Amino acid sequence: MEPILRVENITKRFGGLTAVNRVNLEVNPGEVVGLVGDNGAGKSTLIKMVSGVYHPSEGAIYFEGKPAVINTPSQARDMGIETIYQDLALAGNLTMSANIFLGRERKKKYLGGAVRILDEKFMLQEALKLLETLDVHLPAPSAKIEKLSGGQRQAVAIARALYWNARLMIMDEPTNNLGVIEQAKVLDLIRRLKEQHVPVILISHTMRDIFAVSDRIIVLHRGRKVADKRTSETSNEELVQYIMGARDDFEAARA
Amino acid sequence: MASQSRAEALSHPASRKPRSTQQQAILAASKVWSWIFLAALVAYFSWNGTGFFTLRNSQNILVALVPIILMGLGQTFVIISGGIDLSVGWVMGLASVMSAIVIRDQVNSGTNVEIAILMGFAVGIGCGLIAGLVSGTITAKLRVPPFIVTLGVSFVARGIGFLKAEGNVVGGQPVELRNLGNESLLYFVRGDEGGLYFLKKPDVIGAQLRLLDRVFTWPVVITFIIVLIGMFVLAKTQFGRHTYAIGGNKDASSRAGVPVDRHIILLYVLSAGTSALAGVLHTARFSGGAADAGDPIMMMSIAAVVIGGVSLFGGEGRVIGTVIGAMILAVLQTGLIMINVQTFYQYIVVGIIVIMAVLMDQARDIIIGRAEE
Ligand SMILES: Nc1ncnc2c1ncn2[C@@H]1O[C@H](COP(=O)(O)OP(=O)(O)O)[C@@H](O)[C@H]1O
Ligand SMILES: [Mg+2]
Repeated sequence: MEPILRVENITKRFGGLTAVNRVNLEVNPGEVVGLVGDNGAGKSTLIKMVSGVYHPSEGAIYFEGKPAVINTPSQARDMGIETIYQDLALAGNLTMSANIFLGRERKKKYLGGAVRILDEKFMLQEALKLLETLDVHLPAPSAKIEKLSGGQRQAVAIARALYWNARLMIMDEPTNNLGVIEQAKVLDLIRRLKEQHVPVILISHTMRDIFAVSDRIIVLHRGRKVADKRTSETSNEELVQYIMGARDDFEAARA
Repeated sequence: MASQSRAEALSHPASRKPRSTQQQAILAASKVWSWIFLAALVAYFSWNGTGFFTLRNSQNILVALVPIILMGLGQTFVIISGGIDLSVGWVMGLASVMSAIVIRDQVNSGTNVEIAILMGFAVGIGCGLIAGLVSGTITAKLRVPPFIVTLGVSFVARGIGFLKAEGNVVGGQPVELRNLGNESLLYFVRGDEGGLYFLKKPDVIGAQLRLLDRVFTWPVVITFIIVLIGMFVLAKTQFGRHTYAIGGNKDASSRAGVPVDRHIILLYVLSAGTSALAGVLHTARFSGGAADAGDPIMMMSIAAVVIGGVSLFGGEGRVIGTVIGAMILAVLQTGLIMINVQTFYQYIVVGIIVIMAVLMDQARDIIIGRAEE
C-alpha cells in the first residue's frame, strides 16, 4: 500500500539550532500516527514543514506518491493537507459557518456576477449537516466562535478541514486546555476521521490519548526520530525511555 | 449528580460564570447607547436651542457631516481589520489641492469645463489612492505598525499639499464646480408662493433668497450613496467578511487562505480613497483647494468611529455605528453653538464622549471575555 505522506531525511535549522534533524516519516491511508516527544523535541516544526508554514532546510516530502512542493499553508490545504493548530486558527468574532467557509465563501451572483452576496443560508446549512455527521450539536449555531467551548471550537476546526476534503489531518495538541468530557469528544472525532479513511497525525503530551486512538507511534528526541512503533507493540514505560533519550532505535542507521 | 453538573459546566465555559443582570445591562447598553444618546441630544436641542429643529439647520448638519462620514467610512473598515489610518486628514487636503489645481489650469487652458472638473476629481482621488497604496503596502508587506506608517504618509501628504498650493488656497474655480458643491436635489421655498422643487432651482432673487432652502446638496447625496455601498460591502460581501476575519484573527485568516496582505492594502486604499473624495467635495463646496481642509475633521472622524462602537481591538463594528457617531458629533457642534456654549467647551464634551465610548468597548470586551485571552 502506498503511503499518503512520505517525508525523507527532512531537516529544519533555525540559525545554529537544528530543530528537526534528518527525520523519515510515513503515514498510510486510514492510519492514525501519534507523534510524541519532550517540549522542544521538534514535533511542531516537523509538521509545520508538511503544512507549508516552514520550508525544510533539507530533505523531501512526497504526498500521494508525488514529490510535493509546499510553499504556503494554502498550497498545503489545496493538496488536502489540513492542520488543526494548537491555537485553533479560528476567528473568534465570526460564526461557526463563517469560520468553516473562511477564505472560500459561497456567494450568490447578481447582475451577471457583478454583485456577489455571501450565501449565508447555504453556508449555515452545509455546516450544520457536517457537524451532524460528526455527531456535534451546537446550542446556538449562529453564535460567535468566542462564545463556544473549547471542544466545540475543536469540532468546528475539524469540520472545516473535513468539508474541504482533507486527505491528511494534522492535529497539534488538540486536547490541550479542554475539560475531560471535551477531550473524550475530540478523541471520538479522531476515530470518526479514521472511519472516513482520513489519516491523522496526532501530536499530544497525553500518552493516554495517544494510546487510545493511534495505530503507530513516532518519538522525537532533540530533533531526531528515535522510535517508530506499532501502538499494539509498545508500552507507556518503553515510550518514556525513548522520550527521555535513554533509547534510540535509529542510532546505528544514522552512524 | 454533582460530577455530572461539573462536566456540564466544563463543556460550556461560557456558562461557568453566568452573567449577572448588571453585566447583561452593560452589554445591552454598549450596543444601543449611541442611538439613545443621539435621540436625547436632538430632543434636548430641539427643546432648548432656538431654531435647531428647522429644515435649514438640519441641512447644515448634513453638509457638515459629509467629510466626517466619508473619512469615517474608510476608517471603519481599517479599524475593524485591526489597523488605523492617521493619514486621512491630510490626504483629504492633498486631494482638495490637487483637484483644484487641475481644474483651474485646465479651465484656463481652454478645456471644456465638465471635462476639466472630471479630470480634477480623477487626479485628486488618484492622489488619495496612491497614498493609500503606499500606506497599505508598507503596513502589509513590511509589517510596520500602521500607526507609524500612516503618520508618515500624513506628513508627506501635508508637505506636498502645502507646496503645491504654495501655502495658499487654490482658487480660480469655475462656477459649475461651485454649483456641484452647493446646489441640491430638492429646493424648498418658504412663504405663500413657495413650495418644494425637485432637481430644478426656483427663480428667486434678492431678498427672497433668504426663503430658499437647499435640501440634500450633491455632496450629501453622493455621501449617502457611498454610505449605502459601504454598508452593503461590509455586511454582505466576501470583502466585508474578510475585513472582520482579519481583525478577529489575522493568522487564522491567512491560514484559511484569505489573501491578507492584499486585503490590508485594499483597505488603506479604500480609506485614503473616501478621504480623497471628501477632499474633492471640499474643493467643490468652497470653490477652492486647501491643504489643511481635513485637519480639523480627522480627529472628529476617528471619534465618530469609536463612538459608533467600532472596537479598537478590531473585529467589531458597523457602518451605521459610525454614521450615528458622526451625527452625535455634528449635532453637538451645532447644538452647542445654538445654546451659546463657547466653542472650546465642545472639545471637552467630545473628549468625554470619546472616553465614554472607549470605556463601553472595554467593558463589553471584559464581559465577553475576549480581553482575558
Ligand atoms: N520559528 C522558530 N525560530 C527559532 N527557533 C524555533 C522556531 N520554532 C521552533 N524553534 C525551536 O525549535 C525547537 C523545536 O521546537 P518545536 O518544534 O516547537 O518543539 P515541540 O513542538 O516538540 O515542543 C525548539 O528548540 C524551539 O525553540
Ligand atoms: Mg509544539
